[in-house]
Amino acid sequence: MSTNQTFEDRAKKIAAGGAEKYHNKNSEKGKMFVRERLQLLFDDNIDIEDAFFANCQAEGLPADGVVTGIGKINGEKVCVMANDSTVKAGSWGARTVEKIIRIQETALKLNVPMLYLVDSAGARITDQIEMFPNRRGAGRIFHNQIKLSGRVPQVCLLFGPSAAGGAYIPAFCDIVVMVDGNASMYLGSPRMAEKVIGEKVTLEEMGGANMHCSVSGCGDVLAKDESEAITFARKYLSYFPQSYRELPKKAESLQPAPFEKTIEELIPENQNAPFDMYHLIQRLVDEESFCEIKKKFAPELITGLSRIEGRPVGILANQPRAKGGVLFPDSADKAAKFIQLCDAFNIPLLFLADIPGFMIGTKVERAGIIRHGAKMLSAMSEATVPKISVIVRKAYGAGLYAMAGPAFEPDACLALPSAQIAVMGPEAAVNAVYANKIEALPEEERPAFIKEKQEEYKENIDIYRLASEMVIDDIVQPNRLREELAVRYEAYESKDVTFTERKHGVYPV
Amino acid sequence: MTEIKASMAGSVWKLVASEGDEISDGQDIAILESMKMEIPIPAESSGTVKEIKVNEGDFVNEGDVIAIIE
Repeated sequence: MSTNQTFEDRAKKIAAGGAEKYHNKNSEKGKMFVRERLQLLFDDNIDIEDAFFANCQAEGLPADGVVTGIGKINGEKVCVMANDSTVKAGSWGARTVEKIIRIQETALKLNVPMLYLVDSAGARITDQIEMFPNRRGAGRIFHNQIKLSGRVPQVCLLFGPSAAGGAYIPAFCDIVVMVDGNASMYLGSPRMAEKVIGEKVTLEEMGGANMHCSVSGCGDVLAKDESEAITFARKYLSYFPQSYRELPKKAESLQPAPFEKTIEELIPENQNAPFDMYHLIQRLVDEESFCEIKKKFAPELITGLSRIEGRPVGILANQPRAKGGVLFPDSADKAAKFIQLCDAFNIPLLFLADIPGFMIGTKVERAGIIRHGAKMLSAMSEATVPKISVIVRKAYGAGLYAMAGPAFEPDACLALPSAQIAVMGPEAAVNAVYANKIEALPEEERPAFIKEKQEEYKENIDIYRLASEMVIDDIVQPNRLREELAVRYEAYESKDVTFTERKHGVYPV
Repeated sequence: MTEIKASMAGSVWKLVASEGDEISDGQDIAILESMKMEIPIPAESSGTVKEIKVNEGDFVNEGDVIAIIE
C-alpha cells in the first residue's frame, strides 16, 4: 500500500467517526453526526481542524472522540470543540482533554468566540490518571472557561448528556441551548442517585432539558431539535462582537412588526391590571430582532437581545402577566446574569419597568431573596454600558432600584405619562400610614376616607411632580418611545467610564 | 389530567372558569390578588375543567392546586 493510500484510508476512517451501530442509534434519536452538525453551524464547513489524527494508533478512537478547530459564522471566525458521541459515547480520554484545552487557548489568543457542542458521557474512567487530576487534566478546561468568560462569547449547544464534571462546561458558558428530549445535565445519574441516596427518578425529571430550562435555570434556551439549536446559535452570535475589545455589529434598521393597538391603548389605566409586556417590546424593536433568553425560567422578568434601529440592545422587562411582574430570587438571578452578559460585550441595556417590588413572605425570605436581589442590584449598578430605564407604569420600592432607577447612574431615566414612582403603591401606602385611623372609623365611612387618601397620595407622586424635581430625565409620549430610545443610544455610544478602581467587588451571591 | 397551580402566594380574587367549562390552553382559570396586583392563572393545556379546588377569598400558597383540567 502506498503512503498516499495509507493516508487516505486512515483519514476516511477517522472522518467517519465510530461504528455504524452508534450512528444508527443516534439517528433514531434525531441526533446528527458531529461533522454534519459542524457543517450546519458554519457558513461553509470547518476551515481548520487540529489533531484530526489524535489517538489514531489506538483502535476505535477516531480523533479521540472530539472535533476541534476554527470555522466562520456570519462571516466571523469562531473556535469550536464538538464531541463525537459515536466514539465511546463522546467520553473524554487524555487526548480529548488536551484537544479541548488547546482550542480554548487558541480562542484566547485570537480573541474569538468559543463554542462547545457537547454530547458526552464524561470521563473515561480507564484513562483517569492521564485525563483527570494533572495540570492539563479536565479541570484545566473549566479553568480556561473561567478565564475566557467575559473576554470572548462562550456558547454551549447541548445535544446529549453532559454528565458529572462535564456538566460544568455548560455551567461556565454565557448561554446554554438544550435540545428537548436528548440533552441532559446532571452530576450523578439516576442510577447513581438510586444507589447512593436511594432516590428513584427519571433522567428527564432530574436533569432533562425542559427541567433545566424552566426550573433550575441551568439551561437558557429549549430547542425542539438540533437544527433549531444550531440556527439559534448563529442568530445569537449576530448580536455579539468577537471579543470584549470590540463593539457589537449594527444591522440594517427595520421597522417594528406591524401592530393594531398603539402603546397607549395597550397599557391598562388600572395600575394593578395585567398586560402583556411582549406586546410593548414588539412595538419598540426591529421586526424579528427579539431573541429571548431564559423564556421558560422566571417568566416574571423577560430578558432578551434585540435591535433598535439596527443597534443591538439587551432588554430586561417586568412581565405583569406572570406573577404580577414581581421580582423573585430566580428572576433576580436571571437579571444579574443577563446584565453581566450584555455589559461584558458592550451591548447597551434597556430596562422596561412595571414592577410592584420584590416578593415578600416567608417562602422568599427563606430562599434568601435579599441576597439574590442584591446580586441583581450589584450587576446593574456595575454595568457601564449605556443604560436607559423606562418607567412604563409603576416602579415601587426596591423595584425602582433594581430596574436601574435614578440613583444607579442610568444614562437616562424616562417615564411614560401614566407612570408612578413611589416607595409603595397608593393602596398599600394608605393602609400602612392610616391603619389605626381606618380601624377607628365607622365601617360605612371607611371607603370614602381610603379613596380620598389614595387620591392625595397619587397627586403626591404625580409624574409631572417627579419630572419637576428632576427625578426623571424626561416624560416621553408612548408613540415616540422607540424614536427617543434610538436617538439616545446613538448619543451614548461614546460613553467611556470605569465603574471604580479595585481588584474586584465582594459580590453577594 | 393536569393540575393548575398557583404561581405565587396570594388570595383568590376571582374565579373566571367553572367546573364543566371547556377551556383552551392559555385561557385564564382564576385571578389571584397578590402584592396588590391581579395575577392571572392560565390553563396550561386545553380540556374540561374537572374540579375547582379553591373558593374566592381563599389564601393560596405557591404551588397549591387551583383547578384540575381533563
